[in-house]
Amino acid sequence: MDLKSLSLLAVLAPLAGALVAGLFCRVISRTLAHSAAIGGVATALVASLLIFRQVADGARLNGPVYQWLTSGDYAFEVGFLIDPLTASMMLVVTFVSLMVHIYTIGYMRDDPGYNRFFSYISLFTFSMLMLVMSNNFMQLFFGWEAVGLVSYLLIGFWYTRPSAIFANLKAFLVNRVGDFGFILGIGLVLSACGTLDYAGVFARAPALVGETIALFGTDGEGVSLLTAICVLLFIGAMGKSAQVPLHVWLPDSMEGPTPISALIHAATMVTAGIFMVARMSPLFELSDAALSFVIVIGAVTALFMGFLGIIQNDIKRVVAYSTLSQLGYMTVALGASAYSAAIFHLTTHAFFKALLFLAAGSVIMAMHHEQDIRKMGGLRRYLPITWITSLIGSLALIGTPLFSGFYSKDSIIEAVAASTLPGAGFAYAAIIAGVFVTAFYSFRMFFLVFHGKERFGHDEKAHDAHAAHDEQATHDEHHGLAHGEKPHESPLVVTVPLLLLAIPSLGLGLFVIEPMLFGDWFADAIFVDAEAHPAMRELAEHFHGAGAMALHGLASAPFWLAASGVALAWFLYLKRPELPALLKTRLQPLYVLLENKYYFDRFYETVFAGGARLLGRGLWQGGDVRVIDGVVNGSARLVGWCASLLRFFQSGRIYHYAFTMIFGLLVLMTLTLWVGRV
Amino acid sequence: MSEAPLLSLAIWIPILAGLAVLATGGDRNAPLARVLALAGALVGFAVTLPLYTGFDTSTPAMQFVEQHRWISRFNIEYLLGVDGISMLFLILNSFITVIVILAGWQVIDSKVAQYNAAFLIMSGLLNGIFSALDGVLFYVFFEASLIPLYLIIGIWGGANRVYAAFKFFLYTLLGSLLLLIALLYLFFASGGSFSILDWHQTSLSLREQVWIFLAFLVAFAVKIPMWPVHTWLPDAHVEAPTGGSIVLAAIALKLGAYGFVRFSLPITPDASHELSGLIVALSLIAIVYIGFVALVQEDMKKLVAYSSIAHMGFVTLGFFIFSAIGIEGALIQMISHGFISGAMFFCIGVMYDRMHSRRIADYGGVVNTMPKFAAFFMLFAMANAGLPATSGFVGEFMVILGAVQSNFWVAFAAATTLILGAAYTLWMVKRVVFGKVANDKVAALNDINAREFTILALLAATVIGMGLYPQPFSEVMHSSVNELLRHIAVSKIQ
Repeated sequence: MDLKSLSLLAVLAPLAGALVAGLFCRVISRTLAHSAAIGGVATALVASLLIFRQVADGARLNGPVYQWLTSGDYAFEVGFLIDPLTASMMLVVTFVSLMVHIYTIGYMRDDPGYNRFFSYISLFTFSMLMLVMSNNFMQLFFGWEAVGLVSYLLIGFWYTRPSAIFANLKAFLVNRVGDFGFILGIGLVLSACGTLDYAGVFARAPALVGETIALFGTDGEGVSLLTAICVLLFIGAMGKSAQVPLHVWLPDSMEGPTPISALIHAATMVTAGIFMVARMSPLFELSDAALSFVIVIGAVTALFMGFLGIIQNDIKRVVAYSTLSQLGYMTVALGASAYSAAIFHLTTHAFFKALLFLAAGSVIMAMHHEQDIRKMGGLRRYLPITWITSLIGSLALIGTPLFSGFYSKDSIIEAVAASTLPGAGFAYAAIIAGVFVTAFYSFRMFFLVFHGKERFGHDEKAHDAHAAHDEQATHDEHHGLAHGEKPHESPLVVTVPLLLLAIPSLGLGLFVIEPMLFGDWFADAIFVDAEAHPAMRELAEHFHGAGAMALHGLASAPFWLAASGVALAWFLYLKRPELPALLKTRLQPLYVLLENKYYFDRFYETVFAGGARLLGRGLWQGGDVRVIDGVVNGSARLVGWCASLLRFFQSGRIYHYAFTMIFGLLVLMTLTLWVGRV
Repeated sequence: MSEAPLLSLAIWIPILAGLAVLATGGDRNAPLARVLALAGALVGFAVTLPLYTGFDTSTPAMQFVEQHRWISRFNIEYLLGVDGISMLFLILNSFITVIVILAGWQVIDSKVAQYNAAFLIMSGLLNGIFSALDGVLFYVFFEASLIPLYLIIGIWGGANRVYAAFKFFLYTLLGSLLLLIALLYLFFASGGSFSILDWHQTSLSLREQVWIFLAFLVAFAVKIPMWPVHTWLPDAHVEAPTGGSIVLAAIALKLGAYGFVRFSLPITPDASHELSGLIVALSLIAIVYIGFVALVQEDMKKLVAYSSIAHMGFVTLGFFIFSAIGIEGALIQMISHGFISGAMFFCIGVMYDRMHSRRIADYGGVVNTMPKFAAFFMLFAMANAGLPATSGFVGEFMVILGAVQSNFWVAFAAATTLILGAAYTLWMVKRVVFGKVANDKVAALNDINAREFTILALLAATVIGMGLYPQPFSEVMHSSVNELLRHIAVSKIQ
């Protein structure tokens, strides 16, 4: 099949699965629903593999599918751009999606919304594919919003939970703040280039260097047009990829079922912003100011969100903050013009983070929907597969040499070190410190869950008390293990995806780093101005094979930082488990700051949510009701008052009328005479 | 078929059908009245379809023209015709009429014949407005269409209907008078013609244009409605029965906006440029200010009514940035808003029929008892929030893109609707649809029946279809919009 047919197959198969599972969710059996959904996604994976092979052989596609709209001089099309970047993303998306689909059979086994869930995740796969395969900004925005919609539906999947429906509204609105910038960026692109097709825009972009747009006053110098475009587009990425200060929705999104935390809120959707910026590299390369903005935002996210991971006790939230921090790493890479390193980290992260989430889900199932890691411990004995796969995922995450995460993260660190951009120094310090933090929180969780004393199932009261004060009662009746009950390893549909994800987490980096970062794999998909931003070129000069890189890694600072992070976690949580409580009291102010997540949520809820309601009420009661309706009703009263005056004259008595006529005549005559004399 | 007087049929079939329905008399014959009304609406819809299929997209000229002498002494003619701007509104209107008749099927059980007749007659009159090319004929239809709407609110409306009707009356009275004066002035200025197309060619001084523009503005702004003459709309919606709200939102609000493109822009182009800042400012106030006001509404109908005002702000904004993408975006927004707001009001009606409340606080967890309904409601809410792949996205997208080109900060203010629109719509959805079953009344709800399902499915298909493939809607507009832009670009001052 040719590329276009394969592309259509890849997107339409999951859509068909979603429609079958969704439209008939109330009539068809569970088996049929998940068969349709899994069949669709599996088809998409096969198509993606075939596309990948053709692309590797040099095939490319950039063409329309249909014309969406024309207006004036503009034409908007739905179309595909298939190049190495797209092909790589398609593989990541469809592979992780398929794993999550299979896993879901086990995880959602007892849920009444089983068919609906399959419909949503297939719809997500369709939307995400449309996003990465787009050849223009309009369709990009389509996919962008569609994945946001599915994310909204899935965070609120358990719609009777107050926390879930709060979280999904919050996620949608925070993302909309990003989209607000994104659509303005798209608007500027259209007005500057006259088209929204990537190829046309990128061809036109170099000519825009030096053009300004008068944003502040008319007499000012104006802002560089390209900087304005890139910053606005990046604001969209900040929403979707949860960068500070638009990160607040991602931790709350953990209210959704665990499979979608893995698929949407770790592996794929949240990386859409990273993908988008990499796709826009021909634009971002032209604005150093925008790149500096990107690198600083990414560095702040990478370090400060990592800190928050340290104090979380909910297993999913630890992984969520880890995701935020890793997204920060990818963003930093983008800022350092190491787009390929960002995409590389995106890829490895998709595998090991999906693995960590699914493993967390496996733990949660074994614990009967208990998510507090303080109530776990010693699970290694009961969940051997989950344990070993979690270990692989965690080692990959902290950047252990030879693991996939090592190659991608180390490349980012090296690239930032080589970057000369303003802000790169700060970013380097932040991500180096972040390595230690990452290792610490990852292994804190790992040790608390799988090692040490068994802290579950020995206190029946704790279970009841927890359920009572916890608003977030889960969808099923179980909450934690009953007295004396032991956890069991999850079924095959759960463990097989874990094992399949562990393979790339372990070995992917070793094999793909060379072609992906230093070969010509992304040569025609990602543009880097090597003269202005030589970071990747310098990296390539120092690269002598993946094995040598791992050896070198053993002697480098990040490795020792990570090792000491793990050691500290071991010391605090296994060796001397009484110490953390002591530290908590000693560092109370710091702990309170982290516990409150730097007060972002409270600030937003008071100032923006509260402020908007206050403003709305003020405009409504003050503006509409008092002023405008006051005038309207007042004019009605005025008419009534005039009428009552007129009524006075309509007395119905002849002599009143006669008198009035005579009086009027006199007035008129006097006036005429007086006017005539003057 | 091309020889048939399609426009006359589109106007008079519903009106005659309405009279026939009226003739069925009292509520003993209610079933007959309903069937007859539906037949009338369907035939009325069917005769508008050839307007699309037989439409020549290559010419900006008026098509399906019918011309007859009416009052020769003043050169008043029965002159009908449609171009790419007006044609779609006849189809939209006739489609919505079918929906409205279906929407009242089981709900309205007193004065059934009169209720259905009022809608059919109004439908015919509205088609008249969109196809009239003679100023007096337009004015007659424009004013006459108010009567059925008054009756619908006044007879089948809620408790406070008199206040609502009174408020509406006060608002429109002034506008109608000024419109009439402007039309008469144009009659003399054009040397004794009431043809709107002649007026498009009439040269006028800037002073004259400004006064005529302002007279039009008052008349049309009330109908749209634009801030600050909008406060009648929430009250009217709250009091109107479901069908009334649907027609009010889907069609009646479009009359003012249509007036802008048919009258203000081509007849007074210089004044339009001169005063565009004013209209843009009012549009942005409608989008931002009303967005905040909608956020805090406690009554679902009021909330959707306010959101309509904000969405119509995009229409006026699109017109007055003077570009093809802006004007076509605005026209598409008008059509899309017809479907979406109609659907939203129908959804609220579905809940009201069961709960007899529109207060958000009385609801919660509707999805537990009405899952099918909740899915539809969610879809239309997303469309209302302008989600891509629904029709609500297309117009907003185009207008924002157009606005960026004219002024970045205008686009900036307009784009806040992405946040505000999602906030007020989805916050309502959260409180009404999601959550645990809030009370016994919600627990006792029955999901939608086949009739309601049909209506919602029809609207959903349209909303999604238009979102995925808006090209058929925009391509019929191109010639006419380009012609309009040419008109606006040429000064009429001599």
